[in-house]
Amino acid sequence: MDATDQKRLLREMLFARRFEERCAEAYHERQIGGFLHLYPGEEACAIGVLEQARPGSDYVVTGYRDHIHALKSGMDPKALMAELFGKEAGCSKGRGGSMHLFDPDVRFMGGYALVGGPFPLAAGFAKAIQLRGGDEISICFLGDGANNQGTFHETMNMASLWNLPVLFVCENNLYGIGTAIERSTVEINQYKRVAPYGIEAAQCDGQDIDVVMAHAERAIQHVREKRKPYFLELMTYRLRGHSMSDSGAYRSREEVEEWAQRDPIGIYQRRLMDANVISGEEFHALDQAVQDEIENGIVRFAVESPEPRVEDVARYVYVEGDK
Amino acid sequence: MAEMMYWQGILRAHDEEMARDPLVFAMGEDIGVAGGTYKATSGLFAKYGDQRVIDTPISENSYTGIGVGAAMVGARPIVEIMSVNFAWLAMDQLMNNAAKIHYMSGGRIRCPFVMRVPGGTAHQLGAQHSARMERVFMGISGLRVVTPATPRDAYGLLKSAVRCDDPVVILEHEAMYNLKGEIPDTEFFTPLEGVEVMRPGKDISLFAYNISVHWALDAAQKLAEEYGIDAEVIDLRALRPMDRAGIAASVRKTHRALVVEEDEAPVGVGSEVMAIINEECFFDLDAAPVRVHALDVPIPYNRRLEKAAIPNAADVVAAVRKMLGR
Ligand SMILES: Cc1ncc(C[n+]2csc(CCOP(=O)(O)OP(=O)(O)O)c2C)c(N)n1
Ligand SMILES: [Mg+2]
Repeated sequence: MDATDQKRLLREMLFARRFEERCAEAYHERQIGGFLHLYPGEEACAIGVLEQARPGSDYVVTGYRDHIHALKSGMDPKALMAELFGKEAGCSKGRGGSMHLFDPDVRFMGGYALVGGPFPLAAGFAKAIQLRGGDEISICFLGDGANNQGTFHETMNMASLWNLPVLFVCENNLYGIGTAIERSTVEINQYKRVAPYGIEAAQCDGQDIDVVMAHAERAIQHVREKRKPYFLELMTYRLRGHSMSDSGAYRSREEVEEWAQRDPIGIYQRRLMDANVISGEEFHALDQAVQDEIENGIVRFAVESPEPRVEDVARYVYVEGDK
Repeated sequence: MAEMMYWQGILRAHDEEMARDPLVFAMGEDIGVAGGTYKATSGLFAKYGDQRVIDTPISENSYTGIGVGAAMVGARPIVEIMSVNFAWLAMDQLMNNAAKIHYMSGGRIRCPFVMRVPGGTAHQLGAQHSARMERVFMGISGLRVVTPATPRDAYGLLKSAVRCDDPVVILEHEAMYNLKGEIPDTEFFTPLEGVEVMRPGKDISLFAYNISVHWALDAAQKLAEEYGIDAEVIDLRALRPMDRAGIAASVRKTHRALVVEEDEAPVGVGSEVMAIINEECFFDLDAAPVRVHALDVPIPYNRRLEKAAIPNAADVVAAVRKMLGR
């Protein structure tokens, strides 16, 4: 990867971080409502994996912590922010909200609130690919907690049985809300849980984007060429609460501090600085530019966009003109 | 016009749609090699192969979800749930994903998903194989729910459902697969909305659907022959959305209404039809509407108890006579 691409990746992670922080502010200002689940600390996962995919051609699906997966899939950040603000210009016309982002134009398929719900959907996208023929794949990002749902086991079995081209990415951040993984799960190494289904799997550091990309490249190649599922477990950590209403009482300060030392942006920034790809001043300028873009381009757009019309509340229950 | 059985109508619709569109596929338990519990997919496995006629493991929620996912990106799945009692396990994918995706994506993602479900009370299958779930499905915004009473509609509704861009649940009846009836030789589509007048009449409207249409028709014949009462029989057919205008039109003509359903009474087709009558044409009524329905019990195994729990034509006759004082 050349210096230009490295700088772009660093910018993407920084953009993701600043975007989420700005969402938190807007939430406190009550411009964003409902549940809001943010991604700081986990940026290298979505960005590293999707860097190796073909956005717009491969299908991507995830849970409710979905902003960055949507962005890296190619969603316009203005449409994303407008959705969070509940506006008609939002990616789901203000009907979805933070947990229900959709952009079929770039094959970002959502955005789901029910833990474990997207597993079968991802396999379904792969089934459609299989029927049509073609070398696209389906990529499903979910948390460690989702693997205790029936849909996990049912879908692993069918995806393997029917050779469906799906990459399952487990973002193992060690917690499902406030319950530590060892308190909910016997086998805490998630990648070992798919072995009985005959699915190849690996586990790797999710904080170092170079490591994520190396593993994702192999994983995606496996799915794309062998037309079989693969399971990639990324060890990561969220630096903020589960959602905006999380006290964080279930984790020790030391633990959070330890993981903060392994912040994916810090790791990558230091690497690029050590290699003289970017200087301290350049990084600072980059950060300024990112924050300017978010404030002046994106948030302003969301603020100024109109709300949906109340008369349209019953639209979209059914496809119009269809019986 | 050929005489065909209910299951043959369903099979013919599958076959025509699968032959026409390579993205139409069927999945469910024992539908392929074994040919389907009620033969409704027999022969399709040999004709279309294992990629399009898929025998699933016993994982209702996830194979439903796989169908939903495939539908979201342009395929046309027909998912069979072996018995409606097992559909409870698929409710998450059906209700949270299939029914809501079009709305919550602001109309950007369509879900042309079809679920076929045999149900109803057959013969002594016990409480866990005899439930009806129409009142559950019809309460879910975003779904279409239809239910064929005849071989013709078993064929025509599946044809329409496969072509429809909304998710459609088709409620079939386990005791009706061998029912015979005429099906036109040329392709046709039963609309997914609207009632059908099965027998015109002027004294009272009998609203029914699926198996209860046959009870209502039998009752109407007896009422005419023995009591001189001319009953109109309406097949509701579409339970969601329901045809408010069609229901009101019949009541405006007869001024009396009775709803007969195989399901229990609280929260169901009967209560919904009566609410519609209240809202649309209350002042056209000459008598308070009545409903005939199953007892509010889990269906018992014993033959006599089972019969006692489920309504029949005689119950309809008795209720109509009481209402008319004849
Ligand atoms: C079916 C279902 N049950 C419970 C919840 C409530 N809930 C929301 S997120 C969550 C924890 C999920 O943890 P994990 O899968 O590890 O994802 P993470 O938030 O850590 O990324 C729970 C229990 C839900 N949304 N859906
Ligand atoms: Mg987690």
